[in-house]
Amino acid sequence: MSGGLRLENANPLIFQRSGVRLLTANDEDEDVVDPIDDREIFDLIRSINDPEHPLSLEELNVVEQVRVRVNDQENTVGVEFTPTIPHCSMATLIGLSIKVKLLRSLPERFKIDVCITPGTHASEEAVNKQLADKERVAAALENAQLLEVVNQCLSTRTLNA
Amino acid sequence: MKDSLSLIHKFNAHPDSRCWYVAWNPKGTLLASCGGDRAIRIWGKEGDSWECKTVLQDGHQRTVRKVAWSPCGNYLASASFDATTCIWKKKNDDFQCLTVLEGHENEVKCVAWAPSGNLLATCSRDKSVWIWEVDEEDEYECVSVVNSHTQDVKHVVWHPNRELLASASYDNNVCIHKEEDDDWECLATLEGHTSTVWSLSFDPSGQRLASCSDDRTVKIWKESPPGEGQGDGSTGASWRCVCTLSGFHARAVYDVAWCPLTSALATACGDDGVRVFKEEVTSDPEQPEFSLSAHVARAHNQDVNCVTWHPKEPGLLVSCSDNGEIAMWRYQAEA
Repeated sequence: MSGGLRLENANPLIFQRSGVRLLTANDEDEDVVDPIDDREIFDLIRSINDPEHPLSLEELNVVEQVRVRVNDQENTVGVEFTPTIPHCSMATLIGLSIKVKLLRSLPERFKIDVCITPGTHASEEAVNKQLADKERVAAALENAQLLEVVNQCLSTRTLNA
Repeated sequence: MKDSLSLIHKFNAHPDSRCWYVAWNPKGTLLASCGGDRAIRIWGKEGDSWECKTVLQDGHQRTVRKVAWSPCGNYLASASFDATTCIWKKKNDDFQCLTVLEGHENEVKCVAWAPSGNLLATCSRDKSVWIWEVDEEDEYECVSVVNSHTQDVKHVVWHPNRELLASASYDNNVCIHKEEDDDWECLATLEGHTSTVWSLSFDPSGQRLASCSDDRTVKIWKESPPGEGQGDGSTGASWRCVCTLSGFHARAVYDVAWCPLTSALATACGDDGVRVFKEEVTSDPEQPEFSLSAHVARAHNQDVNCVTWHPKEPGLLVSCSDNGEIAMWRYQAEA
């Protein structure tokens, strides 16, 4: 993968770890410190379903590995997502799904920031502000109807032909 | 930093949930906490440790966001995401739900009692602030609905000795409300923060107001005495920002508390830190300077949601966090 090669040059540590995770038994060794990296985060979010289309966020290029930033030591995860069109009304829901997926999957120490790729949405600022407001996110997740829609986006799709 | 914050107690108050807020009763003998588990817990000191005296869990169907004690200490109000505010009456060691205040369209974010104990304010994501009047029969009546904000209202706080109410909002502004001709009106809008204002605290004299924000700053606002307004023809008192504390917080500042006894200013931050600021004694009151005097970087493992000073014991600070914990700290100024 060319992206992997580029990463190797820019940040060899990440490349090496990615390799180890796939190929050796070290990955299963509880004694080996295995910090969370960009690809691991990407793997968590790339299969999230689009709310409208029977496609994943990766297939729609809404999420990309290069727009994931992890700093395991500083406990931060940043994800930028790119709505398919600048007036996408589903932007907040997509962002919320990404946020919920990461909140559920990552250790609680992580600060998770999800925002729109700069310049790709008409209401970028308003959507970002809403996603960053943990009080409103908490209230939204107590809304059974909304939670069901989010869970649908996060459910593993059955692979039909 | 010359001063220190040392941990005295830390305990899990709301297991597997957030602890959103803590409040001391006026005597400082009981601490109420609330959280995402929909419960309110009342804590009291037993020997050297803090024990849960009572759990109030049948009042609300959703998160309890904030709690507030009446000035007499006999009532507790709780604001919930279920759009209601419950009033609890203390009977010996037990609490009874006296009444449920309904009317807000959605989540109630905050509740606060006026110093007289006759008025109560609530605010909500529905953008409004409601003023409730309490009579001798414990009946609550809404006397005013104020719509001075254009977004979700996060916090309300009463002036320590006047019937003046301040509110903070997702619209980045702070409003000061006062009763005019039997109705409550916004007499000043404090603009300056560049994102959500999460909380407010008056200084002990009530001449100044501290606000904290998602923009990672704390601002100090001062009221100009009548006649010293900006001369723009605006009526009423005017408030202006006299100090901005920026560069100290790495993430959103969720709460600010001005100690009524020592005037130390504490903050609760989304970067897990608790900080205490002190005013430079030599600084100009019109341009005060505050310095960071104590900082615990990892006060909790997750966001700190609230800080509050003990009402009677100088330097005793309590904080609570997203991880459900409550921590008590001793703030000691260098001799």
